Amino acid sequence: MNKRSSWALPYFIFLLIFVALPLVLIAIYAFTDADGGFTFANFVRFAQEEETINTFVYSIEIALITTALCLLLGYPAAWILSNSEFNRSKVVVMLFILPMWINMLIRTLATVALFDFLRLPQAQGALIFGMVYNFLPFMIYPIYNTLNKMDKSYSEAAQDLGANPVQVFTKVTVPLSMPGISSGVMMVFMPTISTFAVAELLTMNKVKLFGTTIQENINNGMWNYGAALALIMLIIIAITSLYTDEKENAESSGGGLI
Amino acid sequence: MKEDCIIKIDHLSKSFSGTKVLDDISLEIKQGEFVTFLGPSGCGKTTLLRLIAGFHTADEGKIFMDGEDISGVPPYKRQLNTVFQRYALFPHLDVYENVAFSLKLNKVPEAEINKRVKKVLKMVSMTDYEERDVDTLSGGQQQRIAIARALINQPRVLLLDEPLAALDLKMRQDMQIELKEMHKKLGITFIYVTHDQEEALTLSDTIVVLKEGRIQQVGTPMDIYNEPQNVYVADFIGQSNIVDGVMLEDKKVSFIGHDFDCVDEGFGNNVPVDVVIRPEDIYIMNNTEAAQFTGVVKSCTFKGVHYEMFVDTAEGYEMMIQDYNPFEVGSTVGMLIKPQDIQVMHKPCTANRFEGEMIDSTHVRFIDGEFECAETSFQAGDKVDVEIAFKKVDLMDDIDEGVVSGQITFLFYKGDHYFLEVKTNEGYTLQVDTQDIWDKNDLVGINFKPKDIKITKRESADE
Repeated sequence: MNKRSSWALPYFIFLLIFVALPLVLIAIYAFTDADGGFTFANFVRFAQEEETINTFVYSIEIALITTALCLLLGYPAAWILSNSEFNRSKVVVMLFILPMWINMLIRTLATVALFDFLRLPQAQGALIFGMVYNFLPFMIYPIYNTLNKMDKSYSEAAQDLGANPVQVFTKVTVPLSMPGISSGVMMVFMPTISTFAVAELLTMNKVKLFGTTIQENINNGMWNYGAALALIMLIIIAITSLYTDEKENAESSGGGLI
Repeated sequence: MKEDCIIKIDHLSKSFSGTKVLDDISLEIKQGEFVTFLGPSGCGKTTLLRLIAGFHTADEGKIFMDGEDISGVPPYKRQLNTVFQRYALFPHLDVYENVAFSLKLNKVPEAEINKRVKKVLKMVSMTDYEERDVDTLSGGQQQRIAIARALINQPRVLLLDEPLAALDLKMRQDMQIELKEMHKKLGITFIYVTHDQEEALTLSDTIVVLKEGRIQQVGTPMDIYNEPQNVYVADFIGQSNIVDGVMLEDKKVSFIGHDFDCVDEGFGNNVPVDVVIRPEDIYIMNNTEAAQFTGVVKSCTFKGVHYEMFVDTAEGYEMMIQDYNPFEVGSTVGMLIKPQDIQVMHKPCTANRFEGEMIDSTHVRFIDGEFECAETSFQAGDKVDVEIAFKKVDLMDDIDEGVVSGQITFLFYKGDHYFLEVKTNEGYTLQVDTQDIWDKNDLVGINFKPKDIKITKRESADE
């Protein structure tokens, strides 16, 4: 073992204990019953429990809506920020990233207070607002990064070849910022699909997400069923991330947050 | 007789954050011409090209195409196309889609796009590359695709921004020939930007030499090479011996300590001039009796076709000479220059002139510094003209020692001394004759001896 790879040892041990081992445990719990015997019963129960499946589908829906809204709001913001005339000092970028400095729970509690104060209903609308508010910086930043690094000569070349500003945007800027977009989508979609704190706080538990279901099961001592649900969610996230990874490689990636 | 002028540039100026990049440029470009903007980096050549393409807007002045003012027209509506310095091929599209980009925007039928893409790819000899990813192409191949992409729309003017700068020497020479042939075949106007004087001489019909945002000379490669209008052009184009001289009378000039016959007239009598002699125009021989002047060979280097020699003349000037025959180092040789090979140029001035203001009778303020001067009869607040001869400028290594500081922007050897241009931090330009050796971009402190500062009363409203 050479010197440099021996430095990696502490990290390796850390990963083993705090990442690999829990994953293995989740898998083991998911395929065993309360007595430790091998079983598919947990998954069969999931397939038969309509309420859980509904929550699951609903969670994905909310995550998709949140991701779409973040993209819709975040792309123009990133595009404006990357415009050097507007953004000489980078102060505005800072302002957009600033909310990330504050703990997500505190931000969410503040949002609750705000909705209370304005007497707005704390239901699905509030949930989506809270999620978009929380995750928007994660969409803006990777897109801003790709746009900022993009060679200006591409858009100049497009103009030179007869593309008007709209065409420059749709035919060149957007396709070339795909790596940033897929990073941003990943960064928003992954956490939103498993979030439950925002939902609990912002809707007084009126709206239930899949994360909440998992948490309830585990809190109620149903470790095996909870682990099975967690495994299902992990697989969904893994599929999306593998898909985006592939796409990003195809686009010959150009930076992003991950 | 009216020339077929396609692009007319009319008193164009452009500044970037306070620095003037182009200063009052006027130029006419003819239909079908191969025009090259030539100059060192930072001379404004690329800015001028980008103004024509429409990526910048001018602060002052107008650009006309076919007699129509296009100054306010956005780039996508201009009838010209650009080959970018680093090609700017779209990485998300393959070769075919890159070349077809402008046709697809214009909704040209697919069958015609196909035909035209094939034709233009054939022209740049890239026929079998349609499906390739642009990232997998070599620099030269990307270059060809970039040219094909710019030509497919059949522009009337093709702009090329240092298109060969990223290629290696051999490839560059091949591409030069191809570009020249392409220009001949297409018959459209090429506007080419380069800092490579050899490239400019090889390719162009007309060369526009730029320096610090101003046109120095416009002419054919032959004109520019054989009859440079000033020392900057002479120094930038090819190698040359540039020395100070005095025009004694018509057809008689004195330099390097001798009088020579020349062919220039109309300078007046006893007027200081700059003299340029190309190194291949000095005849060198072992016979010293028939020679106009003599010297000792200091070095002799084989350069392939010719030998390059440096000779110290008896009067202490260093001359560069190119000849097919080598002469032994240390040997005494005779030299001869024919009248028509002596290029005499106006010397713009021999002293730095500035406007200043007296602080008291022994101190004067100019170029944003306060300098001590010899006792004068002027009073505080008097507006004065200040003159300092080129030789009398003191340059110092330590920028803190000088009253003002600056950077050397330009220099060349004048046979027995160096001529420099120093740009001060406040933006003033000083010209300096010095025996000391400096390098371009050196930072220097600047001061003057009190007795060397000549002060005269400002003549109002006079330059």
